[in-house]
Amino acid sequence: MSAAATDTLRRTPLHERHAAAGAKLVPFAGWEMPVQYADGIRAEHIAVRRHAGLFDVTHMGQVETSGPQAETFLQRMLSNDVTRLREGGAQYSVLCRDDGGVLDDLFTYRLEGGRFLTVTNAANHERDHVWLAEHGDGYEATVRDAASDYAMLALQGPAARALLADLLEAGEAPARMRTARASVAGVDCLVCGTGYTGEDGVELLTEPEYAPALWEALVAAGATPAGLAARDTLRLEACFHLYGNDLSEDRNPIEAGLGWACKLDTGFIGAEALRAAGDPPDRLVPFAFTGPGIPRPGNPILIDGEPAGIVTSGTLSPCLEQGIGMGYVPASAATPGTPIEVDVRGRRRTAEVREKPLYRKEDQ
Amino acid sequence: MAAEQSYPEGLLYHPEHDWARIDGEQGTFGVTWFAQDSLGEVVFFDPPHVGSQVRKDEPYAEVESVKAVSDVIAPLSGEIVAVNEALGEEPGQVNEDPYGEGWMVRVRLSDPSERDALLDRDAYERLVQEN
Repeated sequence: MSAAATDTLRRTPLHERHAAAGAKLVPFAGWEMPVQYADGIRAEHIAVRRHAGLFDVTHMGQVETSGPQAETFLQRMLSNDVTRLREGGAQYSVLCRDDGGVLDDLFTYRLEGGRFLTVTNAANHERDHVWLAEHGDGYEATVRDAASDYAMLALQGPAARALLADLLEAGEAPARMRTARASVAGVDCLVCGTGYTGEDGVELLTEPEYAPALWEALVAAGATPAGLAARDTLRLEACFHLYGNDLSEDRNPIEAGLGWACKLDTGFIGAEALRAAGDPPDRLVPFAFTGPGIPRPGNPILIDGEPAGIVTSGTLSPCLEQGIGMGYVPASAATPGTPIEVDVRGRRRTAEVREKPLYRKEDQ
Repeated sequence: MAAEQSYPEGLLYHPEHDWARIDGEQGTFGVTWFAQDSLGEVVFFDPPHVGSQVRKDEPYAEVESVKAVSDVIAPLSGEIVAVNEALGEEPGQVNEDPYGEGWMVRVRLSDPSERDALLDRDAYERLVQEN
């Protein structure tokens, strides 16, 4: 990583805290982000599974949609049924092209006053904002890039809520898939009962200038700083999709297993194409290695010895201590228990299609 | 726990961050502190086979962290006479003790003149500082 390359990267308001905590900072989607801290990925991963971890996810973008027809407009844009999203609620959806290809996967929060806040993936934020703004013509709706309004922290783990409760000065923590305004350690936040780790927890949106105080209070209360690498291993154990790996413009949400978030009757952009496409030939499946090795994105998946699919995400699971991943396979091989092989740089590794999620607390 | 940064005297170093400890006609190979620190926690090492040939400057094994795969480069040529099978069970030894329990292979060296191209401790440390 050259000095010239890092000069153009954006830094979050927590940059100095990361550096002081021994973070390895890496370029990620135009940001300089902590990939791990001094104790390493596995320690961070286990801290989130057993207690509470704290992630800086300020690189995530936000788009605010408001106006009398905001709901009608988003119903056309987002794959889920936005009319079922109540004030103070959260909803997952995908953003599709006309042909059903996935532009992004998103959480949308319905705030007070008929405003909607949609959280984008960092790498897709500009494109999402342009796509939404371009399609807003003809609606009494305003689409605004709100990314610079917010720093975003994710507090995740079985102890996250107890830890948050101790710092709540006004308001209360939202239930899962709900949002609430609250003062946390004196910092006004939008607290969302969402996350990307498979654990209970919250995501906190606040003004960037107050983020360092919030971060310090949460760390002092016992949350372990955790980086993007642990965020990735945690989400993969939980079988949450990563855009750019498991989702792309070349794949539709049905084959990606996101049919539950696609309400075709709402008439969203892409719905017609998805209906016409019918049952997809490929399915995204989770799998686990039954022997040694670690799958990596791009590794071919073999069925009966023949190349038949591709790995889109892979890692060593810190909880299961075996190679795990997700990949696209023919629908006929998507049944849990199906034996597969993965070609890891020329070595065939044995694996098995599994059910979601790959990691379940009660199994351990 | 990861080891403290160190580059012991008496080893020969390859600029791809590998070391060789020479003992008569044999050499023991491993990766340096810098290599394991760059890689992060090593979680998988697939040992090569005894009897296979390694060639100077070419990969003879892979180490994997949670995030990445890295080739291990042979600092010298020869035939593998022993491999550290224990790393299969405890790959983290590469982080904890990169010059001791984290050794990877022992090789019967085929060309004594090759070692002239390797770096001593001071030269390698300068290279690391420039990185």
